[in-house]
Amino acid sequence: MKKISRRNFLLASGVVTIGAALTACGGSSSTSTAASSTASSAAASEAPAAGGKTLNIWCWNDEFQSRFNDYYPEVAEIAADKSTTTLKDGTIVKWTINPNDNNNYQNKLDEGLLNQESAADDDKIDIFLVEADYALKYVDSDYTLDVKADIGLTDADLAQQYQYTKDIVSVDGSQRGTTWQATPGLFAYRRSIAKDVLGTDDPTEVQSYLSDWDKFNDVAAQAYAKGYKMLSGFDDSFRTFSNNIAAPWVDGTTINVDENMMKWVDQTKEYTDKGYNNKSSLWDSQWAADQGPTGKVFGFFYSTWGINFTLLGNSLATPVADGEKPQVGNGIYGDYAVCEGPQPYYWGGTWICGAAGSDNIDLIRDVMQKLTCDEAIMKQITLDTEDYTNNEKAMEEIASSDYKSDFLGGQNHIALFAEAAKKIDMSNAGPYDQGITESFQAAFKDYFTGNVDEDTAKENFKTSVQEKYPELTDVVWPA
Amino acid sequence: MREKTKKKGSISYAKWGYIFIAPFFIIFAVFQLIPLISTIYYSFFEYYRSGLKVIGPNFAGLKNYITLFSTDLPKYFSNTLILWIIGFIPQIAISLLLAAWFTDLRLKLKGQTFFKTVIYMPNLIMASAFAMLFFALFSDNGPVNAVLMSMGWTTEPISFLNTVWGNRALVGLMNFLMWFGNTTIMLMAAIMGVDPTLYEAAELDGCTPNQMFWKITIPLIRPILVYVMITSMIGGLQMFDVPQILTNGKGGPDRTSTTMIMYLNNHLFSKNYGMAGAVSVVLFLVCAVLCVVVYFSLTKEDDGLTKAQHNELKAAKKVAAKAAKGGK
Repeated sequence: MKKISRRNFLLASGVVTIGAALTACGGSSSTSTAASSTASSAAASEAPAAGGKTLNIWCWNDEFQSRFNDYYPEVAEIAADKSTTTLKDGTIVKWTINPNDNNNYQNKLDEGLLNQESAADDDKIDIFLVEADYALKYVDSDYTLDVKADIGLTDADLAQQYQYTKDIVSVDGSQRGTTWQATPGLFAYRRSIAKDVLGTDDPTEVQSYLSDWDKFNDVAAQAYAKGYKMLSGFDDSFRTFSNNIAAPWVDGTTINVDENMMKWVDQTKEYTDKGYNNKSSLWDSQWAADQGPTGKVFGFFYSTWGINFTLLGNSLATPVADGEKPQVGNGIYGDYAVCEGPQPYYWGGTWICGAAGSDNIDLIRDVMQKLTCDEAIMKQITLDTEDYTNNEKAMEEIASSDYKSDFLGGQNHIALFAEAAKKIDMSNAGPYDQGITESFQAAFKDYFTGNVDEDTAKENFKTSVQEKYPELTDVVWPA
Repeated sequence: MREKTKKKGSISYAKWGYIFIAPFFIIFAVFQLIPLISTIYYSFFEYYRSGLKVIGPNFAGLKNYITLFSTDLPKYFSNTLILWIIGFIPQIAISLLLAAWFTDLRLKLKGQTFFKTVIYMPNLIMASAFAMLFFALFSDNGPVNAVLMSMGWTTEPISFLNTVWGNRALVGLMNFLMWFGNTTIMLMAAIMGVDPTLYEAAELDGCTPNQMFWKITIPLIRPILVYVMITSMIGGLQMFDVPQILTNGKGGPDRTSTTMIMYLNNHLFSKNYGMAGAVSVVLFLVCAVLCVVVYFSLTKEDDGLTKAQHNELKAAKKVAAKAAKGGK
């Protein structure tokens, strides 16, 4: 009897334990289904017209999100946390934002695209954004839709876009992306420092002092003599050299390092040794501080987005987030001006791509049309944000108007951009550019700071690139 | 009646035991064993992604291992060990000292609980957040340089993060700060487990505190010391987040703060499962070997004899055995 009761007790306790575990599981799953069903019914009641159509957009920062929310005419409502935007026809735009650093965005995007076929309709990626440095990786794949053949934009729609913005996302004549911005680069300098060093702050005159690299180096020496730094860090002038290489980085499985890249190495080494730069790296805190009120740096190589987005923010003494307005008197707002600099170049740029397998082709077409082809919207974006948009006609209009930028001390920088944009040549861009650029900058930073000699830096570059791209077997250095 | 009991007795309670331990084994198999086997399996393959194209898996034999050993693996392995040792030596020294002080009855330190909490605190911060903090503190225009410059100790900012030993020292310092509290608490527990009568007897015999520490405390807490060392070594070999974030993912000047796991992580840029698998397997073997070596070298029976004496004793035993055999 005793034994039986013990066994019963054991059985009972076992049943109770397992039962409890099961009910716990069951309970939680049923509550979560209940929660999600209420959520979806709530969504459905908000959007009765289209019955929960979802447009998934993948990107790495909020730049396109804010353009979309501000300028896409169909926007009806934006969620408080900005994670979704509801359109007038009830479609819900879902934003998936993964930061770019250390290849994070690309890794996530790759997973998403590889799972595209098996994903549910509402989870399929419809639109994803790519940057110039790796655009070809996606453009040259079956995951990206042709903007004309698949999405339905016409030649007339795209007529006013800068040719280079179409070339870079084209493979064998099939264009697979479109952008709202063109990104010609300029040299942004401090008016007050230019006056001190060169005796003038007029963009045309300053340009005459900086029109080639020899002159640029002379000004660097003069600036140094007056206690200024010509550039902030090692990588500032990188793009002006890397955009002017004679051939793409990679040929087959061989990396050909262009002569121009070694010119960058030599120049930066000289600047570092002579104290012409402040030994910062792009995006670090020193670099940002150098652009602000305490900075003693002559100027920065920046393209369009860098001036209205990054430089403006860094130049303020009190950031906009703290309630201060960006205006003359706040930091060095108004003390910058731009000129062409020694060599034409571009930097960055964001393209909108339609993902293969999307169930919202019509909507993608409309988004592309409104946000990259519509002349009025393009013009308005430039007037509001000082961004340089991808519409030749609208930009020429602003360039020849009396438009002026307060941030740049009243200069009409759009006129300079309009000139520079025509000179952009993206024919040497390749799918490996981002990884190679990062490895090259990192490897040679050790050389600039004196930690390694040039040959070791070259070895380290090779090691690092081969980790990223095992298929690249050789690195050929210029003689 | 007897038969009945026997029948009832045949109910095996063991089955409940199996049921209750089953979840562990299922989870172990799914999340550890299968990944482990697939890692070893793929380490013999060429298997990576080029853009969005998947290359492989193609069987490549030992090619991954050959590349690994002919290139940089030894360098990253020594980096890892150096970074670990820089942190571990001060960690174990300070922890032993603090543990001895905290447990010393004659010292009667006040506010022990407070100090124990404070020294444990750094371990509660996420390693990556801690590294971010140091990154900001020691950057060229960071507060540490500002303080040094305003005190007139240096005119130019010191570039801690751009020098080999600056970087390594910071990694070591962070690992030390994060783990010495934890080690102190463990060693205290070990010391308090030592029979207090031993100390009383030693005191009566006229032992100095120093002698008591080296002759009583250290030998008796050796099992815990072994445990601390092994866990720290395994943690050290897997060091990743602190150097990764402190060097912004670059692995320091001339790749001198690139640890094994950071190297592994570099291969995941291209989803290179082959090479990454090979690195993991090597790391696994190294960990296993080191653990065995450390374990046996520290748990060896210690009877206060030197090696020569041991050999003599062995020889004597042999002779005695022979003599006994011969006697028969």
